[in-house]
Amino acid sequence: MENTPAASPCRVGLFVTCLVDLFRPTVGFAAVKLLEDAGCTVVVPQQTCCGQPAYNSGDKARAKQVARQVIAAFADVDYVVAPSGSCGGMLHEHYPELFADEPETALAAQHLAKRSHELISFLVDVRGMKRVDARFEGAVTYHDSCSGLRELGVKQQPRQLLRSVEGLSIRELPGAETCCGFGGTFCVKYPAISDRMVTDKAEDIRRSGAGTLLAGDMGCLLNMAGKLSRLGVPVAVRHVAEVLADMADRPSIGAPDRK
Amino acid sequence: MQSTSHAFKDNAQRALHDPRLQRAMENLRHGFQERRRVAAAALPEFEQLRDIARDIKNHTLANLDWYLERYEEKVLASGGHVHWCRTAAEARETILAICRSAGARTVTKGKSMIAEEIALNDFLEEKGIEPVETDLGEYIIQLRREPPSHIIAPAVHLNQDDVEDTFRRSHTDLPADRSLGEARELCDEARTILRSKFLAADVGITGANFLIAETGSSIIVTNEGNGDLTQTLPKVHVVLASLEKVVPTLEDVSTILRLLARSATGQEFSSYTTVSTGPRRPGDLDGPQEYHVVLLDNGRSAMLGTEFHEMLRCIRCSACMNHCPVYSAVGGHAYGWVYPGPMGAVLTPGLIGIDEAGHLPNASTFCGRCESVCPMKIPLPKMMRHWRERQVERGLGPAAARWGLGAWAFLASRPALYGLAAKLGAGVLGRLGRRKGRFAALPLAGGWTGVRDMPAPEGRTFRDQWAERNRR
Repeated sequence: MENTPAASPCRVGLFVTCLVDLFRPTVGFAAVKLLEDAGCTVVVPQQTCCGQPAYNSGDKARAKQVARQVIAAFADVDYVVAPSGSCGGMLHEHYPELFADEPETALAAQHLAKRSHELISFLVDVRGMKRVDARFEGAVTYHDSCSGLRELGVKQQPRQLLRSVEGLSIRELPGAETCCGFGGTFCVKYPAISDRMVTDKAEDIRRSGAGTLLAGDMGCLLNMAGKLSRLGVPVAVRHVAEVLADMADRPSIGAPDRK
Repeated sequence: MQSTSHAFKDNAQRALHDPRLQRAMENLRHGFQERRRVAAAALPEFEQLRDIARDIKNHTLANLDWYLERYEEKVLASGGHVHWCRTAAEARETILAICRSAGARTVTKGKSMIAEEIALNDFLEEKGIEPVETDLGEYIIQLRREPPSHIIAPAVHLNQDDVEDTFRRSHTDLPADRSLGEARELCDEARTILRSKFLAADVGITGANFLIAETGSSIIVTNEGNGDLTQTLPKVHVVLASLEKVVPTLEDVSTILRLLARSATGQEFSSYTTVSTGPRRPGDLDGPQEYHVVLLDNGRSAMLGTEFHEMLRCIRCSACMNHCPVYSAVGGHAYGWVYPGPMGAVLTPGLIGIDEAGHLPNASTFCGRCESVCPMKIPLPKMMRHWRERQVERGLGPAAARWGLGAWAFLASRPALYGLAAKLGAGVLGRLGRRKGRFAALPLAGGWTGVRDMPAPEGRTFRDQWAERNRR
């Protein structure tokens, strides 16, 4: 097996994220499998949300209230890993800033930030994973979600692992780095602008010619899947971890469950 | 100008349904972005220059009073005048007094966003002085009596046939059957008309990309050369600039100029970089007899030392708006005041107030592309978030959103209760949505389902399933 973990065994706290917990638990189990394949022991501490909805709405007090719980719950794991660049970015980039004016928590926030990662970049950059043992027939295209891309540098890692999936080919998405228009509460606060952005995105996805769209963030995936199905574009939508963990046998996001 | 920023949503809605605007914005999406990418990639030290430029401006802002005073000394020493203006009204009155003392009837203008900020054209017209914009884009929108929709390409919201139409309606003394179908013909017509204005003008007003403390010079960059004619032909030259435009030395300007055009249009350098220092000296072949600098504050000094301090590094290149998916969807006029796009979303509330401009910092997905291309590394999303924080502190924003956030925070702070609520919600929605896999409509989710389906949850939450798995 080529996946000899570069690092020694470690204890990973899975930050499930609210959207995975609520909409797509399969992604959580895919993350657990990939982490275990990379030699990690996975625990799932009590958790709710990272606090980003309040933080990005300008409500620092409530964001802190939620973030304090995360900091406490994940205090004793080696790493915190989230199947999301957005929540991962919140923990890694924004917690230290959120508590910058609160010295008694700032240190703990920084300590958490340093140990926090987005799933796929953690597997490749920290655990040295080079390939996965998975099979997926067909062409996929990949959307680079904004926070993962610009805050955490997630770009080549998912593509590198996807190239090792048997039967899979990658068709690059035109405008892959352009926002899909989700933006958390933005998509319901400014639905007309969000609609224009996701309509353009759906057109690019259709033009890619791929049968499946992958990305690393549930928010973007729900937005794009919802628009593709509204427009009747027959493209299946999945979180990249489902394919990498060889767990793409469930109905895709927004598809009927025929079982 | 009168702000319509409070009506951003309506403005945006109109813009999204304006096919001519959407056609024009298509050019922006495919022009500026690609050219900037190629230009930045071709300069190995581009990223390093961004750090150096940021540091130059940080140093200047930290010592702004000192550099402004050095600048003033040098301007005075070269025979020029400096007028310190706190507000837009003071700047307008100052310029009017200069024009009156020169007996001016016609004033030519180089492109200046500060002139837009103080609504100079309308004011001068009211006072019986004809202002003539000499930048081609500004000239076009002046004929149409529209504000600019972009800080370096003011007419970017127009198509070529819109310009032809405007010229035919405005230049009525020219033969109606003349050919105007080519861009070249449009440029030639504007050039011919502007040539006579350049010669007739009594005062020339330009903006400034930089003010140089070391020499007392001001610098403008243009691609049309109109700035040179505006400032050398009339007997009076007025430089209208905001106070954060100052940099210490000519060397510093040279460094920042390497970033400016590349970030803006993807050019290595603008066609014209024009330095002006004081009035005509004895022996000079041309140049103005009087040289005035109108230095405007208009709220900027109040941003110093606040969480919006870094915004004052901005060099007005427009890279942020050129790469902004919101700007490219709705265009510049939707933002409702002088400065659109991400830089406008941060600067505008600082200049006209968060009550009026509250939508602007909210209408962002925080995709971060603006910050990633900003030559001065201004953390634009972070500062938009700071404006949102100010709104929350002041209890602004819709009550429904505040209530929703309160309910969310109540649950999110109680993991057991949250888990139960999620389990119930996912279970119900999962069962209801199982057959189709999605919802075309959902109560309380009209903002979402109005434009896209809501994919159905798989059914049981992850945490519920994980707990069961670990009990076994």
